[in-house]
Amino acid sequence: MKNKIDFRDGTMTVCLQGEIDHHSAKKTRELIDSLIQQQKPSALQLDFSGVSFMDSSGIGLIMGRYRMMALYGGTVRVVHIPEALSKIMYLSGLGALHILETKGEAYETAE
Amino acid sequence: MKPLNEMTLSFDSHSSNEGFARSAVAAFLTQLDPTIGELNDIRTAVSEAVTNCIVHAYPHTIGKITLTVRIEQDFQITIKVRDTGCGIEDIAKAMEPLYTTSPSEERAGLGFAVMNSFTDSVTVRSRPGKGTTVILKKRLIQRVRHG
Repeated sequence: MKNKIDFRDGTMTVCLQGEIDHHSAKKTRELIDSLIQQQKPSALQLDFSGVSFMDSSGIGLIMGRYRMMALYGGTVRVVHIPEALSKIMYLSGLGALHILETKGEAYETAE
Repeated sequence: MKPLNEMTLSFDSHSSNEGFARSAVAAFLTQLDPTIGELNDIRTAVSEAVTNCIVHAYPHTIGKITLTVRIEQDFQITIKVRDTGCGIEDIAKAMEPLYTTSPSEERAGLGFAVMNSFTDSVTVRSRPGKGTTVILKKRLIQRVRHG
C-alpha cells in the first residue's frame, strides 16, 4: 500500500490506497501520526477514493486521527468514500461526527 | 445437513494472513456467482473474525487459525473461524459494540458489530484457555444462475 501525501494551505491530504485492515492500518497510522507531529497541519483530509476494502480497522484509523487532530485544535474530513465502504462507515457511528463526505456532499447522521 | 461443497484452511496467526483469509473465502465462493455486495459483506465479516483471533486469541504468540467454509442447500453459506487461543471469559460483553480490550492497539470495538451487520447470524462458542469458534451464516440472494 502506497499512500500519497500532499500539503496545501495548512491542509494535509492523505490519499489512502488498497485494502485497510489491522495489518495495513498499523503502518498507515504511524506514517500519518509522525507527519501530524512534524507538520502540525490545521486540517487533515483522508481521501478514500483509492481504498478497495476496509474492515473496522479503518474505523479505528479514522477515530484515532480525529482524536489526535483534536489535541492540536485541528479538524478531520474523510472524502471520496466509495460506495462499497459506505455501509461500514455508517455502521461505525462516524456519521455523527459530520466528517464523512462522498463527493463533497456531506453525509448526514441517520436519525 | 451435508454440505454441497466444503473447504478448510489452516494458517498461522500472522497479521499478514488477514488479506489471504478473506480473499481465499471470496475465491471459494465465486462458484456461486455472488454479487459484489454479498462478497464484500463476507470478506469484511471474515476479516473481523480472523483479526480477532490474531489480536485477542493469540496476543503474545503465533497459533493456528482454522477456517472452514461450507456451501449448503439454497445458497446458504456457513463459515467457521476457529482458534485454540486464550478464549473469551464473557462472550456477551465481548460482543457489545465499542467494547474493546485493546484500546492502545486502536481497536474500535466494532468487530462483532460488523460481523452481525454483514451476515445473517453470528454464533460464538468459547472456553477460556481452550479457544474460540465463531460461526458466520449468510444466505446469498437466489438468482437464476447460468451453467
